[in-house]
Amino acid sequence: MEETNTTLIAPDAATENPVSGIDQTAGNFSYDVKYEFDAGSGLSERVVEYISSVKKEAPWIREFRLKALKTFLSKPLPTHWATKDLEAIDFSKIRYYLSSGQKPKRTWDEVPADIKKTFERLGIPEQERKFLAGVEAQFDSEAAYSNVKEAVSKQGVIFLNSSEALREHPEIFRPWFGKVIPTGDNKFSALNSAVFSGGSFIYVPPGIKVSHPLQAYFRINAENFGQFERTLIIVDEGSEVTYMEGCTAPKFSTSTLHSAVVELVALKGAKIQYITVQNWASNVFNLVTKRGLAHEAAEIKWIDCNIGSRLTMKYPGVVLKGRKSRGEVISIALANDGQHQDTGAKMIHAADETTSNIVAKSISVGQGRSTYRGLVHIPKHLKGCKNNTECDALLINTNSRTDTYPAITVRGAENRCQHEASVSKVNEEQIFYMRQRGLTEGQAMSLSVNGFINDLARQFPMEYSVELKRLIDLQMEGSVG
Amino acid sequence: MIAPATPALAGSFTGASFESAISELPGGLPSWWLERKRAAYGSFAELPLPSRTDESWRFSNVSGVKLDGFMPPGAAGSGLTIADQGLTTKPTLVFANNRLHSSAGLAPDLVARGVVVTSLSEALRKHPDVLRAHFMAQPQRLGSAKFAALHTAFVGEGAFIHVPSGVEVPEPIVVVHSALGAGAAVFPHTLVIAEENSKVTVVDCFVSADETPQFACGANDIYAGHGSRVNYVGLQSWSGDTQSFQLNSTVVRRDARVQSLNLHLGGRQSRHESMSQLQAPGAFSEMLALTVAKGTQEFDQRTLQVHQAPNTKSDLLYKNALFDTARTIFSGLIIVDQDAQKTDAYQSNRNLMLSEDAEANSLPGLEIQANDVRCTHGATTSRIDPEQEFYLFSRGIPRARAHELLIFGFFEEVLNRLESEELHAALRSLIQSRFE
Repeated sequence: MEETNTTLIAPDAATENPVSGIDQTAGNFSYDVKYEFDAGSGLSERVVEYISSVKKEAPWIREFRLKALKTFLSKPLPTHWATKDLEAIDFSKIRYYLSSGQKPKRTWDEVPADIKKTFERLGIPEQERKFLAGVEAQFDSEAAYSNVKEAVSKQGVIFLNSSEALREHPEIFRPWFGKVIPTGDNKFSALNSAVFSGGSFIYVPPGIKVSHPLQAYFRINAENFGQFERTLIIVDEGSEVTYMEGCTAPKFSTSTLHSAVVELVALKGAKIQYITVQNWASNVFNLVTKRGLAHEAAEIKWIDCNIGSRLTMKYPGVVLKGRKSRGEVISIALANDGQHQDTGAKMIHAADETTSNIVAKSISVGQGRSTYRGLVHIPKHLKGCKNNTECDALLINTNSRTDTYPAITVRGAENRCQHEASVSKVNEEQIFYMRQRGLTEGQAMSLSVNGFINDLARQFPMEYSVELKRLIDLQMEGSVG
Repeated sequence: MIAPATPALAGSFTGASFESAISELPGGLPSWWLERKRAAYGSFAELPLPSRTDESWRFSNVSGVKLDGFMPPGAAGSGLTIADQGLTTKPTLVFANNRLHSSAGLAPDLVARGVVVTSLSEALRKHPDVLRAHFMAQPQRLGSAKFAALHTAFVGEGAFIHVPSGVEVPEPIVVVHSALGAGAAVFPHTLVIAEENSKVTVVDCFVSADETPQFACGANDIYAGHGSRVNYVGLQSWSGDTQSFQLNSTVVRRDARVQSLNLHLGGRQSRHESMSQLQAPGAFSEMLALTVAKGTQEFDQRTLQVHQAPNTKSDLLYKNALFDTARTIFSGLIIVDQDAQKTDAYQSNRNLMLSEDAEANSLPGLEIQANDVRCTHGATTSRIDPEQEFYLFSRGIPRARAHELLIFGFFEEVLNRLESEELHAALRSLIQSRFE
């Protein structure tokens, strides 16, 4: 490996934006990496073919990519309902593929020292030591390090990146690839389909309960880079898996794009829990399509926490295809100055006796804006479907902003749907009580905010809920006075 | 001159039909009025029709919106009969096919105290400044700018109600807007100006004199001055084959209170937009609606509660009962402006499903830019409670009657908010007529 330099990008980030700067510093560094493969800036058929040839892909994947590119180019930006901020993305300046050419390494020792340094700063090895079953870390376009515990592969679990999985197990992954989220679902899923790289492809065979959560970590290292990972998790009959992903990026002066596609398939009686803690730098556009397909009596639960990014647009969904299947979205969003968390959930009921539950809580700090956007669809001739939606928004400062845009369609008399939302501010009496007991205003605020999300945060795995609490403490310190 | 209107954008409301409507207006109208109508026709002819990707028309059957085959009709004959809408109060003004059909005088003491209830054309002569200040003066924020322009261009007559400071009008003022004949296009308008500390109740009745395809594009403006109290009831019973647009705008000033209740029964496809602007502290707007949707009817209700000043309150409750293959859309938005602290806003949509094929769409929205607020909204969709149904069956009450009782139970929460016994009874009897 070449000699590398660590560059702290925008060292004044903490001073120019004291509140949001605090939580970013852990991930706010980048390395000069000599990339062996670089598709250059801008998007064209040539770029897509380059990516496909670097990956030595089968012809059908190349065709899939080229078709997706056409779809992407033909679709307008969805600014008739979404924020005009999307127009700030310059697709011609983005670098769509960067890789230093290494194969995914199987043990920590094999990972190049510079990349290891990145991950060490992010605390990945600690998590490894905490008995996490598998870690797949993605550095720009390619997975740099992945390790699946022996026990998990002994159970027959396949845990690979997208290229390996489509090459080595097409019979398992090809039938579901692009089926839950078709290429043309939206402009950004089409973009991902054209230039996807990395991500996790997981298959859990029937009757297996993967006892430890599988984990992935995504990192953007290069300026102007777009990260387009692709995840497909197939859980066979009666199996269970929990998957966790985290993400960070350094703060560059120009904006960066992250546009992932995540597809989940839960076969009969399977259970999938998918946990995301998103903490991108505040210049990242995070435009992600996530959807699960739940077969009979299957259960898919998205736990989605958004703290970072400039603009996040993400509405995890579940298509309830099988009788008695169940979908759930637990969403926490925190928007600080300059951030817009446009998050929510989609529940498409497509079979009798399906149930769905959405609980969303958002906190807007300073001039931050959080938006809940939801879709609940119960078509006709279904019986015994139920949906419950609750959205609560907490506004911290006088100029904080929150929006709620649910859309609920119910046909037929045998179904039930309820939606409730409330907006409030921090309870002054609580703050007064805590201050009277000797807490500072900042401490009192963060206790109160943590109380607001406590019932949801408890559903997170321990290390994530501790991290979340710490981030909220930091955000609240700068928000009062 | 007017730009030539393309048939795709204007339907049968062509430049020529506009000119002919203008030529039929009575003489002596102020020139600003005619200029405004011409400008409005220009906007109407230019603005695009709603499209499927238009967020403010989401879930609407936009391809069902037809502007073809309708014309402002000739005068209705003297034989026009209109059902009394269950009211005991006789209408003060009756409009038929965009003309004043009959009017009853106000009580002499109200006239003496300066209350004016008259037609738009008379108000244009006698009270042009008040009319000019309030007629269609508010922005169209709910998606129907094109139809608001169509209304302004073609409006022929309407009610002008002006209540001076400190005057309370004890009895409701009833206005009937009616349409007669196949293809009739009517443009009802009601303008209510309640000055400081006054009180008035206005009832608008929208009726078709026959069961033919008709087109209604109505609007009303309510201005509630400082400390005033306005009650407004809209009773919509157009023919089952009517395409209807009704665009309502309410301005509520300091410590004023407006209660509006719209009952939706008629029409093939009915779009109802209602905007309340709470402009000064203490303003309160209560927005209520009841809908009985049957057959293939579509009711598309869009609401906007705009809190523009601190310490304002709004409370919205829209209830729909859906039968057969009917569709309803409720799209509501509460906007709290940045300095509207201490806002108290509520928005609720409840749908009762009585058929396997009915469809209820709810879009309850919030846009909040102030932090010291209490804002809640809720939307529910469900069927009749089987236990309540079973109880009534077990008492020997037949199914249809049991459902009727339970629907009235569902609607009672809204009906109970009416102060007037007479209006309460009238609404019950109108709803009852939909079950026969």
